[in-house]
Amino acid sequence: MKEHILLRHRDIPDLHRLEVYQKHGGFEAFRKAVTALKPEDVLNEVKASGLRGRGGAGFPTGVKWSFLPNNLWPHYVVANADESEPGTFKDREILESNPYQFLEGLMLASYAVQANLSYVYLRGEFWQIARRLDACIAELEAAGLLGEHLFGTDYSLRIYTHLGAGAYICGEETALLESLEGKLGQPRLRPPFPAVYGLFGKPTVINNVETLTNIPPIIERGASWYRTYGTDKSPGVKIFCLSGCVNRPGNYELPLGTTFRELIFEHGGGVPAGRKVKAIMAAGASSSLIFADENALDTPMDYESVQEKLGAPLGSASVIVVDDSVNIAWLVSKTVEFFKHESCGKCTPCREGTFWMNRIVQRIEHGEGTAEDVQLLEAVASQIQNKCLCALGEFSIMAVLSGIQKFRADFEAKVNK
Amino acid sequence: MNELQREYPEEIERILAKYPPEYKRSAVMPLLYLAQRRQGYIPPQAIEEIAQILGLSTTEVASVAGFYSLFHEEPGGRWRIQVCTDLPCALRGADEFLKNLCEALGVTVGGTTTDGLFTVEEVKCLAACHRAPVFQLQSGSEIKYYENQSIDTVLALVEELRRRAESEKEGV
Repeated sequence: MKEHILLRHRDIPDLHRLEVYQKHGGFEAFRKAVTALKPEDVLNEVKASGLRGRGGAGFPTGVKWSFLPNNLWPHYVVANADESEPGTFKDREILESNPYQFLEGLMLASYAVQANLSYVYLRGEFWQIARRLDACIAELEAAGLLGEHLFGTDYSLRIYTHLGAGAYICGEETALLESLEGKLGQPRLRPPFPAVYGLFGKPTVINNVETLTNIPPIIERGASWYRTYGTDKSPGVKIFCLSGCVNRPGNYELPLGTTFRELIFEHGGGVPAGRKVKAIMAAGASSSLIFADENALDTPMDYESVQEKLGAPLGSASVIVVDDSVNIAWLVSKTVEFFKHESCGKCTPCREGTFWMNRIVQRIEHGEGTAEDVQLLEAVASQIQNKCLCALGEFSIMAVLSGIQKFRADFEAKVNK
Repeated sequence: MNELQREYPEEIERILAKYPPEYKRSAVMPLLYLAQRRQGYIPPQAIEEIAQILGLSTTEVASVAGFYSLFHEEPGGRWRIQVCTDLPCALRGADEFLKNLCEALGVTVGGTTTDGLFTVEEVKCLAACHRAPVFQLQSGSEIKYYENQSIDTVLALVEELRRRAESEKEGV
């Protein structure tokens, strides 16, 4: 791509400084919105852009905003900066290097739903980033871009940061709200959805950091410009996090619909030591494993193609490359151990199921398993399916079921020893 | 006024101001971080103090402290070296890095060096998968990232921190 839309700091040095960000048009979109646009104009532009949530679910952002009822007040916006999916490190780069574009996106979202108080929920590990964001927010207040009666209008907005303390589950939006309310990070039963009953029981929008960072350019340059990137159903650009067995791991901002092959070989420099790609995980540890044949490598990475052609969700587009030196039973022992640790304990199938899957898969991995253990693992995983309040339980079985199905020989090699 | 309030009056006020007055329970995690700053863990007395400030039961505060992995209810080393060994890091040598670190410091995972300075812990994904091996250094409520690490770089850091602790002792 010629220019970055989200990772603009790679083109513009010192973009993390307010004066530099403003010199490059920063906060003009917000000023225009507050002084010249109605909240519904902002909402409709985002709706027209077709922007979809970048946290993993891919739900249309403008539609999400439009669910907030106008007879229940106040409204809140919460930015989800809990980035914790193994293989995902895109929001961190935005927050560290292009924080003002993210904050402007949060401010535009707040204006669109008329929230006067918004929060940034950061994972606790982002302690240093939170301190820097606090400093950015203080600068915005000093510059009159945040606070009371902005630009002489009736609109007021305050933003605060809130640090989590180490819990993957808080990336799930209702668990995040519970955590922000000072409780255990455990998902809520839905309905009611956060759009009606969210933070402090009030209508709330929760958007991922990358999603919000898309908003200023959309308002500034328009929905039809945005739609020149990506595909019809998955418009725009996406930050693909590339990790695992690859020569140049990192974040790559590319149009949705870029192929796996281009990402892994052209941008990522291929696989080290001349090895071959064996499997691809498109959605971090929550991935359904993709068997990396030619057809898979040529599949465009947009929400529809990956699901329809390969039967795997694109999720947060955290692409973990697995080469042919890796045994998939070992890989599954890693993902299951992760989910066992991160299960919040609320739903029995997830709490107990991840515990037992972990026992079985560790046994297999350590060469102490039998052929029946592989069947048992599959059976336990199937019993977790569709039985939990949130997606964590589902995520925990994705690699297990797809791994056994597509790479059965790897499991058999471990148990037949 | 309890001890926590006497020690950090302004910070507590600043924390409480972030949330609507009727929802001050939201301040429980920031206050737990504050309590942890003093000794690197949250002693039972701090749980009671936070409960007093927020009008919660000690059980409610303790359950929050117990749920989240960055809050410690037991004392550990002055610095906690927390190594990520999740899948993307493991594909880039994180398991071996952790093993070598433990051997070099003479501890097992979760253990503390005999001088009481370092606890080595295994943690979940830190959002730094492209720069593995990676660890975070937690001390009180502060956390710093160290990326693209090798056994040499981490041991150099350990030596530097040991010298710092030594010179502080001499300074006293």
